[in-house]
Amino acid sequence: MGIRERLSGNEAVATAMKQINPDVVAAFPITPSTEIPQYFSTFVNNGAVDTEFVAVESEHSAMSACIGSEAAGARTMTATSANGLSLMWEMIYIASSLRLPIVMSLVNRAVSGPLNIHNDHSDAMGARDSGWIQLFSENNQEAYDNFVMANRIAEHEDVQLPLMVCQDGFITSHSIENIELIEDDKVKAFVGKYEPKHYLLNDKEPIAVGPLDLQAYLFEHKVQQAEAMKNAKKVILEVAEEFEKMTGRKYGFFEEYKLDDAEIAIVCMNSTAGTAKYTVDRLREQGIKAGLLKVRVFRPFPSEEIAEALKNLKAVAVLDKSDSLNAAGGALYEDVISGMYQKGLQVPTVNYVYGIGGRDTKSDDLEKVYNDLAVIAKEGKVTDPYRYLGVRGDK
Amino acid sequence: MPYNVKQVMSEKPSRLTSGHRMCAGCGAPAVARMILRALKPEDHAVIANATGCMEVSTFIYPYTAWTDSFVHTAFECAGATLSGAEAAYKSMKKQGKLPEGKDTKFIAFGGDGGTYDIGLQSLSGAMERGHDMVYVCYDNGAYMNTGIQRSSATPRFADTTTSPAGSVIPGKMQERKDLTKVMVGHHLPYVAQTLAMTNFKDLYEKAEKAIYTEGPAFLNVMAPCPRGWGYNTEDLMAMNKLAADTCYWPLYEVVDGKYKITYKPAKKLPIEEFLRPQKRFKHMFKPGNEWMIKEFQEVVDKRWQELLDLEEMTNKVEE
Repeated sequence: MGIRERLSGNEAVATAMKQINPDVVAAFPITPSTEIPQYFSTFVNNGAVDTEFVAVESEHSAMSACIGSEAAGARTMTATSANGLSLMWEMIYIASSLRLPIVMSLVNRAVSGPLNIHNDHSDAMGARDSGWIQLFSENNQEAYDNFVMANRIAEHEDVQLPLMVCQDGFITSHSIENIELIEDDKVKAFVGKYEPKHYLLNDKEPIAVGPLDLQAYLFEHKVQQAEAMKNAKKVILEVAEEFEKMTGRKYGFFEEYKLDDAEIAIVCMNSTAGTAKYTVDRLREQGIKAGLLKVRVFRPFPSEEIAEALKNLKAVAVLDKSDSLNAAGGALYEDVISGMYQKGLQVPTVNYVYGIGGRDTKSDDLEKVYNDLAVIAKEGKVTDPYRYLGVRGDK
Repeated sequence: MPYNVKQVMSEKPSRLTSGHRMCAGCGAPAVARMILRALKPEDHAVIANATGCMEVSTFIYPYTAWTDSFVHTAFECAGATLSGAEAAYKSMKKQGKLPEGKDTKFIAFGGDGGTYDIGLQSLSGAMERGHDMVYVCYDNGAYMNTGIQRSSATPRFADTTTSPAGSVIPGKMQERKDLTKVMVGHHLPYVAQTLAMTNFKDLYEKAEKAIYTEGPAFLNVMAPCPRGWGYNTEDLMAMNKLAADTCYWPLYEVVDGKYKITYKPAKKLPIEEFLRPQKRFKHMFKPGNEWMIKEFQEVVDKRWQELLDLEEMTNKVEE
């Protein structure tokens, strides 16, 4: 029943990649995801995998090579962070529009500038409209589990979209924690073979990929992409159910922590959820009905389901580890309140932009958020919803 | 078997079919067709194309003119895209995951914009990594697809829309980049420069060598553009011949570091012969601008001599 290990988040992802044994990996080093291609090239050079490792000369070429490889019919993976994803920008849209189920490990880091190598979510948030499925991971176990589930979701015939598994740079990528790995043969059986219907290397059926797609067709093709993203919601849950049968570990669109009877709650993603759980426990000891909703699936966005889960709360705080610089609020916040609006919910909801550039977010900081929520719940309204947490000069 | 153009044309049907929308008098499709004819009929090919005239004229959804597998992603990454496909082939072949059948060859096409400029890094990376592929640059000496803007392949003095022949600055002021030499510096198994001359022999034979030499190969093929150069469409082949006969575009190959010039004109023509039929050089023939032609000739002569020297030097037999 599983293999108990101690691994960092990067090691966990590299281990999942080894167990999946993809046909091609093309990657370029960038902190804090560098270790993944490092570990992986060791697997390649020691014969532990059958993979061709393409040590490209940039991230733009990494994603270009991934597209060429996946279109050729090969199961293909990559890893990157921050500016690496920025350099891939043009190509990530092309990958999703060509419906290529490439799997990426995105180790979240602040996008320059100025240069900063530490964690926030500005890289992932920038890619939120690129047509990639985005799964977030609280810790190394979730990064590993999400990665094991990734190909099944991305390659599903109703989906056929690329997928990125996110985790927090350094905070989880470089922290060694206990982890329960799945046996190699079980991973292999769970992930299964990749059998694309049409691919460049099928000499019996030559195909052309990546046309000039003008006014008469592009719109319909984009709608097909949008439909695939909708279909992904069902597939994500089906795969999670099967995964639970194998491991006993349950995954959904999001995790509710002591949310059932909660009056005030935080919504956040990745490692901050761990700190939030600790804070919730502390507040619960004081009789405060605090809860947490941790978003796992950010794209497709489970808009209705999140609104439903938050409907009985008296106040909600959405934490964004990225600032949209739009004078209105962070990306997660705006998505959450849009869902509530559609359902006609009037739950007072506040936004905190936090942790930018790796600024540490402690349980005391989150306790302050819950304290603010208690006030909002009492007053029943929010007057200044776009706030910062943990920045100097903040009231 | 000696090369016979009629035989090649009749025995090897074009793998880039008619119906594409390249301009009349454009050099690129003739080049692409002949290069693909160098494939063995029994072989499959995966062709990558950088964004450019060729791509937007041959694969407009839902039509394609390519009979082999074809992939286009973006402007600057035909090299990287094809290197991914080649890695996939290596991996899947090794694992027995491909249908038993044909061998697959990998050929990329890019214009000078997608090759000399925006795609140089991607090309360099793909070549350095040693993928078994051929990268073909069809060099028409400017960004023709976006409307004739200067590139680093544009010759000095050429009138383009971003280096117009103005009253103060008479066209492009910089010399053209020698990309073939840049690729020679990658120490590839096969590098060649060619164009579609008379019976296409030089182009065909170099394409065959490039495709069937194991490892990375680079072909730089001059491909005139009637829109950008301003010649009459029926004069395409004459333009090619003049480029070779003036030594503006020398035909040569480099194998294992040894240079071999594959065409030495019996009579090297003055550069005016090549420049005069082209509207982009029209201002060079105005009275008072004789210095421009003189300097153009000096650069052609210098580069030709350098090539002759390199050929001699690299083929010298040690005593």
